Amino acid sequence: MNMNASVARLNDSVGDETQRNEAEVAIDAKINSIYYGKFRAVRDSHVPIRKGEITGFIGPSGCGKSTVLRSLNRMNDLIPIFKMDGDVHFMGQDIYAPSIDPVLVRRHIGMVFQQPNPFAMSIYDNVAFGLRINRFKGDMDERVEGALRQAALWDEVKDKLKQSGLALSGGQQQRLCIARAVAPGPTVLLMDEPCSALDPIATRKIENLMHDLKEHYTVAIVTHNMQQAQRVADTTAFFSVDISDGQRCGHLVEMGRTNELFENPREELTRKYIRGEFS
Amino acid sequence: MKSVMSGAKNDDEFSPSAPSFYDVLSDRGVRWIAFGAGGIVVFLGLYIIFEIASAASPAIKEYGLRFFVDTRWDVSRQEFGILAEIWGTLYSSLLALLIGGSFGVGIALFLSQGYLPNRLSQIFRLVVEMLAAIPSVVYGLWGIYVVIPALRPVAAWLHEYFGFIPLFSTSLSGPGLAPAVIVLSIMILPTVAAISQDAFAQVPQKVKEAAYGMGATRKQAILKVILPTASSGVMGAIVLGFGRALGETMALAMLIGNVNQVSLSLFAPAKTLASLLASNFPEAGQVELAALMYAALALLFITVVVNAIGAYIMSLSKKQEAI
Repeated sequence: MNMNASVARLNDSVGDETQRNEAEVAIDAKINSIYYGKFRAVRDSHVPIRKGEITGFIGPSGCGKSTVLRSLNRMNDLIPIFKMDGDVHFMGQDIYAPSIDPVLVRRHIGMVFQQPNPFAMSIYDNVAFGLRINRFKGDMDERVEGALRQAALWDEVKDKLKQSGLALSGGQQQRLCIARAVAPGPTVLLMDEPCSALDPIATRKIENLMHDLKEHYTVAIVTHNMQQAQRVADTTAFFSVDISDGQRCGHLVEMGRTNELFENPREELTRKYIRGEFS
Repeated sequence: MKSVMSGAKNDDEFSPSAPSFYDVLSDRGVRWIAFGAGGIVVFLGLYIIFEIASAASPAIKEYGLRFFVDTRWDVSRQEFGILAEIWGTLYSSLLALLIGGSFGVGIALFLSQGYLPNRLSQIFRLVVEMLAAIPSVVYGLWGIYVVIPALRPVAAWLHEYFGFIPLFSTSLSGPGLAPAVIVLSIMILPTVAAISQDAFAQVPQKVKEAAYGMGATRKQAILKVILPTASSGVMGAIVLGFGRALGETMALAMLIGNVNQVSLSLFAPAKTLASLLASNFPEAGQVELAALMYAALALLFITVVVNAIGAYIMSLSKKQEAI
């Protein structure tokens, strides 16, 4: 019951959203704290993800950038001890409101992970997975082809759609995962260090692909590679980590247009990080 | 660590030395003990097979392959065959597998896929594992005093109204296949549950994340992704559960009725290879003893083959993980 009501509400607000102007915020995350059990992993981070753009999350390891990304589509709910204080607004709704089903959130906000993780099924079935669980009734073949084209993988796999997705190379697997994520037509695509397991050539392919993805989706990407953020991101968010008595707590330091942030950072921490004075 | 370092500092002459005579000797000693322990197991296995086969050899010569298609076990005429026992063994084990296997896999999913808070699922797991610690004879007594009386009215009703179905074609007069199968299902459940739980635990976190990240509900993630990914491990669990059901002796000897017949009816008494051995050994004469040994050899063969298949399937699932 609840779910149907919230589907209707979410879907209504999709309509509203499209009528507003371009530089609109797709996801507005105001995070006061994220806890794992008693451990406060992230504090005071307000991260607006602008619509139709690529937002890059950078920062040293342990700064909570992945944690923040994963809280944008409630992936962290899979961790039982996860607890968040704050709200994440998407399509005019707080996605952490009790009436919202996380499953529904994840259907609107897709995700690509650090390790390529295709299912142990055929290439075709991998891409069709999201359509099938959403009870898609239209032309499946067309939709699968479209998604594979968007992921720049179609030409490489069109003759072997029945082969296992696991038989592809790492870079191809990651593009398959992108195709799988975009097939059901999400609004936002979250990417958690999507290139960290790939070689430079495969990485470059995915970066090129991201510029095309931006046409259709709002993208947020975590990367440990500052050059990558400079190459692909329109807006960049820099996170850092406080270390006090052995506790590590990540937080947003500053966020701005990518070129401004890299050329003229407002904060001393950002400047030091960009110059490679600490990692 | 500290003392070694300071020792090195004080004594400039120190340099790495060859292992002492004692080091070499103890190293070899440990190797031989490990080798011996492994060797004894292999030797024992082969020796048991050899002993049983040689004790069975008079019967093998006498009855040959006829032994496997004859349903008689007639001590006075010295006519022996184990078709009814093979049927009873396979039929009861398969039925128990159907019930215990599906419950076992279900419990494994329930306990491993986050339906319960961690601590509660650990308690549940302990309870399920405790089922494996209950002695067989206790299961047998429970079957006699609880399961059979409880089953009687149900069986009578089924036989009266659905007697035309072969499964219900006889009435239950005490011990029989149905109570034996129910108890056997409970006995194999912990095996199936524990091993398939391991199989589900081996499904990589990144695969689960992929499923949930696509917006799959828990049911969709389990049925479409987690179960297929763990399928070979679950198959292995089921086969090993089957192996356990085949060899189960005491509870079955108490519950199955020990009648030599091949019947589809769930309520008819039957006999298994293990129950035949358990009930006939004490009073067997020389000729029957050889026949019993022959039956034991057949049972051993069946269980070894089934367990080997199970182990093979499990090794396939491990190989898959490696890729």
